[in-house]
Order: sequence, then structure tokens, then C-alpha cells
Amino acid sequence: MALVTTLRRLVQNSLREYSRKASAVTWPTKQRSFSIGTQPLRSDNKVTVNFINRDGEKITVKGLPGDSLLDVVINEDLDFDGFGACEGTLACSTCHLIFDEEMYKKLGPITDEEMDMLDLAYGLTDTSRLGCQICLTKSLEGMVARVPESVADIRQTKDGSS
Amino acid sequence: MEGANKCILNHVRRHCGTLIVNAGFPRTVMAVTQGTALKTLDVNLSRVFAGGCGKASLSSCSPKVCIVGSGPAGFYTAQHLIKARQDVEVDIYERLPVPFGLVRFGVAPDHPEVKNVINTFTQTAKHSRCSFYGNVNVGKNVSITELQQAYHAVVLSYGAEGNRSMGVPGEDLAGVYSAKDFVGWYNGLPSCRELSPDLSCETAVILGQGNVALDVARILLSPIDILKKTDITQPTLEALAESQVRRVLIVGRRGPIQIACTIKELREMVNLPDTRPDMVAADFDGVKEALKDLPRPRKRLTELMLKTALEVPGEKEQERRSKASRTWGFRFFRSPVEVLAEPGHSRIAGIRLAINKLEGSGDGAQAVLTGEVEDVPCGLVVSSIGYKSLPIDPSVPFDSRKAIVPNTMGRVKQAAGLYCSGWLKTGPTGVIATTMNNSFDTARSILEDMDSGTLDMSAAKPGSQSISALLEKRGVKPVTFSDWEKIDNVEMKRGESRGKPREKLLTVEEMLHVAWT
Repeated sequence: MALVTTLRRLVQNSLREYSRKASAVTWPTKQRSFSIGTQPLRSDNKVTVNFINRDGEKITVKGLPGDSLLDVVINEDLDFDGFGACEGTLACSTCHLIFDEEMYKKLGPITDEEMDMLDLAYGLTDTSRLGCQICLTKSLEGMVARVPESVADIRQTKDGSS
Repeated sequence: MEGANKCILNHVRRHCGTLIVNAGFPRTVMAVTQGTALKTLDVNLSRVFAGGCGKASLSSCSPKVCIVGSGPAGFYTAQHLIKARQDVEVDIYERLPVPFGLVRFGVAPDHPEVKNVINTFTQTAKHSRCSFYGNVNVGKNVSITELQQAYHAVVLSYGAEGNRSMGVPGEDLAGVYSAKDFVGWYNGLPSCRELSPDLSCETAVILGQGNVALDVARILLSPIDILKKTDITQPTLEALAESQVRRVLIVGRRGPIQIACTIKELREMVNLPDTRPDMVAADFDGVKEALKDLPRPRKRLTELMLKTALEVPGEKEQERRSKASRTWGFRFFRSPVEVLAEPGHSRIAGIRLAINKLEGSGDGAQAVLTGEVEDVPCGLVVSSIGYKSLPIDPSVPFDSRKAIVPNTMGRVKQAAGLYCSGWLKTGPTGVIATTMNNSFDTARSILEDMDSGTLDMSAAKPGSQSISALLEKRGVKPVTFSDWEKIDNVEMKRGESRGKPREKLLTVEEMLHVAWT
């Protein structure tokens, strides 16, 4: 019976550790994992990014210049349900992020192609962008990006059947 | 103790995810699964100590969920369940030998990025707590009732395999196809292999102006050089290479402001090489004035349409248009009333369209008949007015008016333990991301019911053990996910020599042959 107690204790301890890690795991689609910028890998080069998740919690991570915000979410294993379904190929709107006015102005120009997909995002605002199209630069240090309520695209026709 | 330790080790190795031997206790093991470890070790240790090593089954405590359908709805529901609870096991049943539903058979061949979600689905399928069973026809090889006996919860995610009919005379003439079948044909759906649409006419008319209608138009008019690098099927490529179709009209009941397609697909038509737009200016009366009140997405879409239809093009664009060999255009305020046959033949000669006017404005505007009609000569009609779900099993409630399974938040009405997700739940509209959200919602309902006791988890369920035995008795052999990977590899290899991402296998027989060789 000592065996059982020992095992139980061991398993309990390790489970606590494992489940803490496991719950943070998403199903990151590692197709676009590391994208390393052209700068050398020094930590003072990194850009701090703050995400506000759907529960209102602030998550602070770092990324490299040249990384897209989608890259950062994937590399840091951030658990945003359904984020980045098309893996950054401008074929969906699930990496939709909302910024404050000032930061939005710093984000650079938006292409027609991005706007076409962004237009379909749920909860679209005037300061919305797609995370896969925003690339980090030092000037965006400390940026705050809010993950909006839902990831649904709005391409539904109201044909009266639902 | 040696024998018992070895037994535990072997048992744990067989059933648990990871195994770590702790140095401090030479003969004990730490089994780190995703949550089942403690419970199952408890259970099995007592059996081990009670009467030696037995084949302790893990079926006692883990909730078992069965999902019918392996398209986005099925996979996203599975993904959410597996992630949320470390003890849930999910089995996905699919009628065809190949998974992924409309991602494989619906998404256009020239939209490969949309299919990237397959990578996420593959990760889910290969998860230790997920199993895929292809080549199993639920409703025929096994009943819903039998599934409910074997699983704690059954989720219906089998989508919409039927289509809405126009309900007009002449609909059954040769030369008239549903978009569902046409798309199935160019995407290699086995049941559509024999469609062989006649593309020897000059004009094709598509009824409906959603994204599926635009996909069909684009595939009919795209230069072969572009299509031949996609995963479009070889027979389709050959048929399109011989196609005489030079003009495609995309017809809708209402006006430009009500059009159902989205801007990305419209832009693709505008930019399609070797084509020029052909619209009716009068269709756009009053549209410019209405622009200012439209929300941004609708405004941008309408602006692009106006520009394409009315603006006098610059020199370069004028030249491009004059050289184009193919035309496409929207026709508004038209509803089909009859498909016309060639006199004395059963082949289509044209389509009679009723002319409508709009009552009201915006999304809620209604098309009202004026009494006038117009005949359009054509040799091909594709009806793209909506997919439709079909009932799978008499024991499952079905709303035949809405063609969905009646439900509240994914819980099937008057059917405990039965859920639905995807198009079967909400109707056949929305893109993959919409279905994702829809499926996550159903998964949340299931998890809530597990927590609250609404779903009875007290008794163990045999899950795939009993269903596999049933299927074997009935002579049905499931295709596993690794079997599918064999099919996948064969398709990709065949495609390589042709410069395509894959060359799809076109019959169930071929698929099974590859799967099981």
C-alpha cells in the first residue's frame, strides 16, 4: 500500500505541474513558427507587446522586429480560441485585433486585400487591424492589442432559413 | 513486488501518454497523461493488487463523445472538447474514406490558403484522445441509437449534402445543375464524378450571387494555365480546356445593394485575366446615392461594383478589356420561372426570368414580381441558391421547413445526449470561421452539461470498442487516420509530377484500395 501512496503523491505533484502547462497549450499551427528579423538575437532588440484577452486580462510578451502579431501569438503559445485559422494568408478574419487611436496611426498602411478580409470581422471598429499583417518595429514598443469578443466572420446570408 | 511493478509499467505504457521513471523510487513510475493518470492508476492498481495483472480497461471514467461528420464542424467541436477537459475522448465518424468535408470538397481549388485549417484538424485527429473512423455510414452501417448506447454524448456535424431546388419547370433538363454538384464535380467528390457537364455552349447562367456562385463563375472563366496548378481534378481540367463557354451571367432576385457575395471574391472576378465585365447600367440607378448610409464593408463592396459597372476605364484597362476573350456580369432583379428546352429536345435552350422590383431597402428589401419576363438563351444553368441538410436517422428530430436539426445552443430538442454543430445546427451559410464559433458553442454546451450532471457520466460507456465490434460483424471496415495519410501521400505524389499540390483520387474504391494496401 506504501507503493500506492507514493505513486499517488508523485502523480499528484507532477499532474499539477503538467496541467498548468497543458492548459496553456493551444493547437499552434507551427507552419509559421519562428520568423527571425534581420537584426541579431539580442534581448534589447525585442519589442514588448501587451494583449488584452477576451476575459479582459493583460498578457505581456516580447517579439522580434519583423515578427507579425500572429507570429507572436503562436511563438508565445497564447491561448486565444481560434486565432489565426488561415495561418496568416489573408483568407479569414480570425486574427482581428483592436488598437487605441494613437497606436493605430503608427501601424502603417493597410492594403485593399487586408481591408477586404477585415471588413468581414465580427465587431469591426475604426481602429481594427488583422494581426497577421502587423509587423513589429521598435517604434511599436509597449503596444496594446485587444482581442475582440468573437472570431466569427460575418459572411452569412440571411436567407430566412435560420 | 517485481511482477506487480512491471505490470503497472506495461499497463501505463499501453494506455497513457507519457511515461517518466522517477529516479528516487527505482521501481515506481510516474505516468503523466492529461489528467487520467491519477484516476486510472487508482482503479487499475487495486485490480492489480487484488488479483494479478489483468487487462484493465480504461473505459471506466473517461467521458466518451462521438462526432458524426469530419468537416470543420466536427473537427472544431472535437478540438474544443479535447482542449477543455483532460479526460474526454472523442471519436469522429465519417462516411467517406477521406476527412475534412467541404474544406476538401467545397473550397475552390484556387483558394488553397483557405484550406490551411486542415493542419489544425490534422493535429486534432492525431491527438491521443481523438480517433478518426472513415468509411462508416452513420444511419446505414450503425444507427444513432447504437451510438448513443456506446457514448455519453453524440454530436451530429454532418452538414448539408442536399441543395435547395428552384422549383421551376424544366429544372430536370440536361444542362441544369445545382452548384453543389458542380462544385463537387470540380473538387472530386466521388458522387459527382459522372456529372460531365456539357460546356459546349457560349453562355452560362448562374442563379444566385453568393460566394459559391462567384466560385463557379471563376472556375468556368479562369485561364487554364492558372487552374492547372491547383488541386482541381484532371477530368475537370480536360473538360474546361475544351470548354466553349465565353460568357457567364450571375443572376440575383434583388439589387446590387443586396448582393450576397463578399468583396474578395468580387475583386477576383474584376481582376480575372482575359475577361471583361458586362453589366447593365440601369441596374445601378439610385445606388450611388444610397452609398453614404451604408456600413463600411457593404459600402466598399458596392463602390467596387459601381466602379466596375459604370466608370469609364483608363487607357490601359480599356485595352485589356478590348483584348479579353471572355465576359462576366451580374444581372439584377431577376428570378427564374422556367428553364426552356430546345423544341423537340430535352436539352436546355434558355431560361425564362421574371423581372422584379424592390420593395423596401437595405437587407430587408423584398423582390416583388412586376409581371414582366425576359428570356435568356443559354446552354448551361447552375443553380446556386443554397445547400440543404438532410435527415440522417428517423430517431433524430428534423425540422424539414428549415432543414436543420431543431436545437437550443447545440442541444438537440427532445433528445438527451444528442447535440449538433455546424450547418446542420444553424443552416448552410457562413464560412469556416463562422462554423468554428458555432462548433465551439456546441462544445461549451456539452461541457456545461457534463459539469452540471445533465449528461449522465456515472456509468462507463464502451465507446469505439463496442462500435468497432458491431461494424466488424456487419462487414464494415473503418479507415483510420493513418490510412487516410496513405491516401494523402499518394495524392500529393501524383500531383507533384503534374505541378499540382495533389491529384485527388476520384472513387471510393481507389481510396479504400490505397488505404488498405
